[in-house]
Amino acid sequence: MSKTFETVIGLEVHVELATKTKIFCGCSTEFGGAPNTHTCPVCTGMPGSLPVLNKGVVEKAIAVGLATNCTITQNCKFDRKNYFYPDNPQNYQISQLYYPICRDGKIEIEVDGNKKFVRIHEIHMEEDAGKLVHDPFTDSSLVDFNRSGVPLIEIVSEPDMRSAEEVIAYLEKLRLIIQYLGASDCKLNEGSMRADVNLSVREVGSETFGTRTEMKNLNSFKAIARAIENEKERQIDLIESGEKVIQETRRWDDTKEYSYPMRSKEDAQDYRYFPDPDLVPIIISDEWLEQIRANQPELRDEKRIRYKEEYDIPDYDIDILTNSKKLADIFEEAISLGAAPKKVSNWLMVETMRLMKEHEMDPEDLKFSAKNLAKLIELVESKAINGTVAKEVFEKIFTDDIEPAEYVEANGLKTVNDEGALTKTIQEIVDANPKSVEDYKSGKEKAIGFLVGQTMKAMKGKADPGEVNRILKEILSK
Amino acid sequence: MVITDETIDYVGILAKLELSEEEKEQAKQDMSNMLEYVSKLNELDTKDVPAMSHAFSVNNVFREDVVTNTEDRENLLKNSPEQKDGCYKVPKTFD
Amino acid sequence: MDLMSLTAVELGKKIKQGEVTVIDATKACLERIKKLEGDYNCFVTVDEEGALKQAEEIQKKIDNGELAGPLAGVPVAIKDNMCIEGMLTTCSSHILDNFIPTYTAEAVLKLKEAGAVIIGKTNMDEFAMGSTTETSYFGATKNPWDVNKVPGGSSGGSAAAVAAEEVPYALGSDTGGSIRQPAAFCGVTGIKPTYGRVSRYGLIAYGSSLDQIGPIAKDVTDCATILEVICQHDDKDSTSYCEAADDFTSALVDDVKGMKIGIPRDYFAEGIDEDVKNNVLAAAKKLEEKGAVVEEFDLGMVEYAIPAYYIIASAEASSNLERFDGVKYGYRTAEYRDLHNMYKKTRSEGFGAEVKRRIMLGSFVLSSGYYDAYYVKALQTKALIKKAFDEAFAKYDVILGPVAPTTALTIGESLQDPIKMYLGDIYTVSVNLAGLPGISLPCGYDKDGMPVGMQLLGQTFDEKSIIKAAYAFECTREYKRPDALTERGL
Repeated sequence: MSKTFETVIGLEVHVELATKTKIFCGCSTEFGGAPNTHTCPVCTGMPGSLPVLNKGVVEKAIAVGLATNCTITQNCKFDRKNYFYPDNPQNYQISQLYYPICRDGKIEIEVDGNKKFVRIHEIHMEEDAGKLVHDPFTDSSLVDFNRSGVPLIEIVSEPDMRSAEEVIAYLEKLRLIIQYLGASDCKLNEGSMRADVNLSVREVGSETFGTRTEMKNLNSFKAIARAIENEKERQIDLIESGEKVIQETRRWDDTKEYSYPMRSKEDAQDYRYFPDPDLVPIIISDEWLEQIRANQPELRDEKRIRYKEEYDIPDYDIDILTNSKKLADIFEEAISLGAAPKKVSNWLMVETMRLMKEHEMDPEDLKFSAKNLAKLIELVESKAINGTVAKEVFEKIFTDDIEPAEYVEANGLKTVNDEGALTKTIQEIVDANPKSVEDYKSGKEKAIGFLVGQTMKAMKGKADPGEVNRILKEILSK
Repeated sequence: MVITDETIDYVGILAKLELSEEEKEQAKQDMSNMLEYVSKLNELDTKDVPAMSHAFSVNNVFREDVVTNTEDRENLLKNSPEQKDGCYKVPKTFD
Repeated sequence: MDLMSLTAVELGKKIKQGEVTVIDATKACLERIKKLEGDYNCFVTVDEEGALKQAEEIQKKIDNGELAGPLAGVPVAIKDNMCIEGMLTTCSSHILDNFIPTYTAEAVLKLKEAGAVIIGKTNMDEFAMGSTTETSYFGATKNPWDVNKVPGGSSGGSAAAVAAEEVPYALGSDTGGSIRQPAAFCGVTGIKPTYGRVSRYGLIAYGSSLDQIGPIAKDVTDCATILEVICQHDDKDSTSYCEAADDFTSALVDDVKGMKIGIPRDYFAEGIDEDVKNNVLAAAKKLEEKGAVVEEFDLGMVEYAIPAYYIIASAEASSNLERFDGVKYGYRTAEYRDLHNMYKKTRSEGFGAEVKRRIMLGSFVLSSGYYDAYYVKALQTKALIKKAFDEAFAKYDVILGPVAPTTALTIGESLQDPIKMYLGDIYTVSVNLAGLPGISLPCGYDKDGMPVGMQLLGQTFDEKSIIKAAYAFECTREYKRPDALTERGL
């Protein structure tokens, strides 16, 4: 009989912190930009340059630590991790090994209604590496240090997860917390959130862990799920055929759906960590900690309760809205500008969701402003435009964040509220469609829909459908 | 402490140094002598002594999160042995 | 009048009074360098054109009153491990022999702001690793007192240039004695300030927790004056001391009455030359005669300083020198198979033997399984050494001792046995480990007429006490230049 195995998974999650400048120099962290335009002697490892720590990095790292129930290391230090690679300009990365800023945290996840805690071993601060691009013309690599020195936190979990679903739930929860804190936008596709998966398998019931591998290059939740399944199978196959799992780092190729070891005899995994003598200890006082704690923004669970109390919208809507910091922000801002919560929620839940799906976007990629949504809602409420026109205008807001009143004016989309003109048009439609009139009068209620549609078409959509209905019924009842 | 060929080769990988056979023999000798010499520290009882990385205590030296650097790519790249398209050019790192 | 025999402050005064122009002073320097460089090899780079241009600009600023400090218009030489924008900066290494920085070391900037004329860059032991300036890729510097002798190191070029009167003063750097020991060997004065006093920004690191920039000049007055200019807080160096410069020159008073001076008995125990010992003790006697309370005591920990120092400095160096890899600047090997081969060949060809030796040692002591036994142990030893000094400074204002156990060695003598060379650092390295200030000044001559240096150590940030004691001692004797200069009719 074949044995049953369980998967044991721990994650190392790297998150780029949303500071304006790099961790050790005054270079911009802005994404994109021509190669090496956001660099200076410090982040290109020029001789004699020295690092000076960005205070914002420490505060954001602490904020994440507090939100994930960690103990903050009140006397922490930076260490050098030494290894040669061209994307690492000093050939050492400034990181934290001996005294990471946060330790012993946990977050609660939920899969299929089952709740469990995933423990966080530590969170440490470090600098990101530059980018290497292969140059096919010269068969060499080109180094761009724009990302070199961008602040990262690495969140190391305990091996507490047992399935891809748990891993995804953990990552989603983590992402939401960090987004809510404003500590990072956590985009997997842009690399501002990256997860390395440590995975081993063992027989169910076993107390000891199997040999684990570390999987890198996972750029989406789907890739993570696929890589976990694949690696689990690979390890089980090895064990069942009497072979051994080798402790190694592997690289996932998502297009080919397989992984391969990233070994080189030139890389001894011996990083010779030691305290960086160019940086001084960070002493985090109780006062500083309290100050950061007091400034923590409202997190999701608190928001849910408040939305229920303040806005009286359905639980389902609350779940969707608070599942993205961006959506929640737009929602709250539109309300603060005077729009009714239910109306805002509707626009976000229906049209926004539809368009996001159409454009294959994440809520975090939304570009439109709450201000223009609020104005649109106002236009509808004041019956300046009807629902159909509003949807059309919203599409423009969604893609280009246009100012709705100006757009409506410029494109002549305003509802015609001149009753005389409307009555005249309806009379013409009624006269031109005797068959439909007859159908309606003989009890086919649906026929009125056709007449309303014809009227709206004749009015180029600029009529209030309720008004059209009322006048039409009046005429037909004569 | 006797330094073996393996140790010298291993340290060579760590330090990215390639020594000739002659240099290797010398390095084995030098390192072995030096390690023996510094083992004098073992005479000291340091059980409760904290490891002191900085001789005097300065803490919490920070910069504010404000962009202060302007683009200086051309200047910075000037010293590179090889460059292309605004990048430092290196032997390929991809298989 | 021979301009080059003046001290920096004397020359500055003459420039200020209009007796000498900055151009005159600069030309005198350049001329002297031309005359002597073939013999002494103090410089890696002499920037004749740039110096003359600076001289003109500075003269204008002096004339219109923008520059009035004591060093305005005075030429200076900078050790070749401090970056200067647009000027070759090599660390006397093949691996950096084409490196032109785009930024200037903060200490040099401070001098420039004070009106210094940068003459050029001085020779040194490669990456400051050595005590003789023989490990330079650009050849050894010779001691102006005897060209068969080393000038000491690693700031040998700076010390020899000052002794040979090629330049009135120079900047050096001191990681384990690299200012104080060459100053002693060349019969000039040098200060290693408290760690953190002078910004390390732009100083190419050897041992980051130990490195400190300081002045080398003919006398204590010059050194104190230069210190006032270069000791400034710098936001770019996290280890930079926050307070503004002290008024070091106010300590230039010939009065040591009641000053408590301790002489560590352990410094005179074994391995020290009789001539060195006698001269240093005689100097202590002079200070005693002037009213200082001089007392012998046991400092302790002396024999542990060198092992701890070489572990810490080599470990930090192995990491600091990783950036020299043929990618961003400096030398890259001509032919290579792949990336790692490029790294290895570049570094093996680019670094000299002593640098490689320390990188290997440093990489080893940090490697997996050895970190605690070596590196942590050395940091703990450092704590004990600091404690020993703290206890001493609870009793004494200043500690007096020799700079080195011998006077300048013959060229080639110490390269044979590294450990023997390291042992020459016995009196200097503990000061770096403890972060203390130290001054080295001439106090006599050995039987061959070579200068003997004495060292005065102070508690952290108490440069003033050592300046005061050094000044008082200096008042008891005349400055003596190398006979060779007089013999040449200079």
